[in-house]
Amino acid sequence: MNSVIAERTRKIVLTIIMFAISILFLLPFLWMLSTSFKIEAEVFTYPIEWLPKTWNVVENYHEVWVGKFPFYKYYWNTIKVSVLTTLISCAVSALAAYGFSKIQFKASSYLFIIVLTTYMIPQQAILVPQFILYREIQLFDSHLGLILLGSFSVLGTFMLRQFFMGIHQEFIESGKIDGASHWTIFWRIAFPLVRPAVATYAILRFIWTWNDYQNPLIFLRTDALYTIQLAIQKFTTINGEFYSLIMAGTVSGILPLLIVFIIGQKSVIEGIALGGVKG
Amino acid sequence: MKAKTRAKGYMKLQRKETLAGLLFVAPMLIGVTFLTLIPIIAAFLLSLSEWNFVAGWDGLKWVGLDNFQRLLSDDAFIKSLLNNAWFLLTVPIYMAISMFLAIMIDRNVYAKSYFKVAFFMPYISSVVAVAIVWQVLFHPSAGPINQTLMALGIDNPPGWIADPKFALVSIMMISIWISIGFNMIVYIAGLQAIPKDLYEAASIDGANGWRKFLNITFPMLSSTSFFLLVTGIIASFKVFDLIAVLTKGGPIRSTSMIVWHLYETAFTNLKLGYASSMAVVLFACVLFITLLQWVIQKKWVNY
Repeated sequence: MNSVIAERTRKIVLTIIMFAISILFLLPFLWMLSTSFKIEAEVFTYPIEWLPKTWNVVENYHEVWVGKFPFYKYYWNTIKVSVLTTLISCAVSALAAYGFSKIQFKASSYLFIIVLTTYMIPQQAILVPQFILYREIQLFDSHLGLILLGSFSVLGTFMLRQFFMGIHQEFIESGKIDGASHWTIFWRIAFPLVRPAVATYAILRFIWTWNDYQNPLIFLRTDALYTIQLAIQKFTTINGEFYSLIMAGTVSGILPLLIVFIIGQKSVIEGIALGGVKG
Repeated sequence: MKAKTRAKGYMKLQRKETLAGLLFVAPMLIGVTFLTLIPIIAAFLLSLSEWNFVAGWDGLKWVGLDNFQRLLSDDAFIKSLLNNAWFLLTVPIYMAISMFLAIMIDRNVYAKSYFKVAFFMPYISSVVAVAIVWQVLFHPSAGPINQTLMALGIDNPPGWIADPKFALVSIMMISIWISIGFNMIVYIAGLQAIPKDLYEAASIDGANGWRKFLNITFPMLSSTSFFLLVTGIIASFKVFDLIAVLTKGGPIRSTSMIVWHLYETAFTNLKLGYASSMAVVLFACVLFITLLQWVIQKKWVNY
């Protein structure tokens, strides 16, 4: 009995300590949020006022969303690019994963090894040729080009292949005996079975695309095409020393994704853990 | 006769399978061929050339291995490589912190999901936004970090990212803060794979918490740690966003790293050939570590 109580007290004390650590860890976010609510004159007052004396929320966020450099445009661009990249990437990876796991054909293993080896190539090593290629075929400075860059994921193919391999071959064979084509088997039998895995991969791909900075930086030029990451940076440059506005900008950059993350929390964390443990 | 037609039928079936298989993997193969395979071959070829692409294809000049020779005596490149080497230090640091947090969260606290989300937040947030927040926090005179340090009686706090001596360390600190979430989640998954009865047996033998950590947890996590070490090292070669937003390699090249230097050479100075030789070096580094991983993993089976 005593040991149960001792165990529980220990756990409570450790929870409190960990909570303190987590608050310390999250201080930059808290500072960002509270600064985004302030008027400029009170940004750097010391001791730090975590609750603003003068609230300026509406004005700050109004300027970010529909002001001189309106975020709503860039949200739209980012949503467009992220959603399309996610959809295409899931389709391409699911098809390839099925092909590599459920159809027995001669070249299969060789082709799969070729695809896997490309995973070792860091994208930065091929930026220059990609850039030249994009200029030659007119994909430079276009959303289509950006979407294609994120659409052929080796990781996605590998991850989904593991799940397709988990489907009993009998399911596939019985489909074939009934005279179904591979397309019907894929669409009616196999894909529905791996749908949770596809959803997990989709959330990860969406987050990665939303947060991507390097590709938009290199492959976009026109302001009107900017994604939110470029927009935050440009907004910061435009507003120079207006830190309250800048913080409202960064909050706006993080918030939509944070909501996606909190809704899909379990899938994201499982996806990361899965990718991690399986390597 | 009969066997022959059956063989023929089988051949036909097999051909149909092959066709279906190729169709299914075709989109992926085409994408990978055009966006990865051809570019990596092109990168190797370009590394043997001198080319400012503004001059058009005619401006391309083959120079053999000159670029690589130049790299060896290019102080800016050597400095960047050295900075990459320093940056490797972040990997064991965030791994240790993440392992500690994972153990605490997995066994010793209530409200596990809160803690998972809290420590995962920097990883999920965009690097650009996070970098800008840190830039303001690190502001040399007015920033909250230095104001706090001065209030604590430190009269000459460092200038952080504005100070050549502290800039790299500052970026490393931010990078550690960002990486903890991912590593912690993977460690928690690793912890959950350890059979509970090992701990029960150890308790019966009278082992205390520290002994259990040393003799059970740490060794049982070795394959997870190895994976994180390798991905961490590879990721450290690719650091770009933080530098591009925060310091642009400065002050006085103190935070220039290989990918930043490559980017600057290619897209600011437009020396595509020379930049490609850096790309080859980058590729070689990542390849070397991946191959090393395979060799070690084959030889060293953990449990």
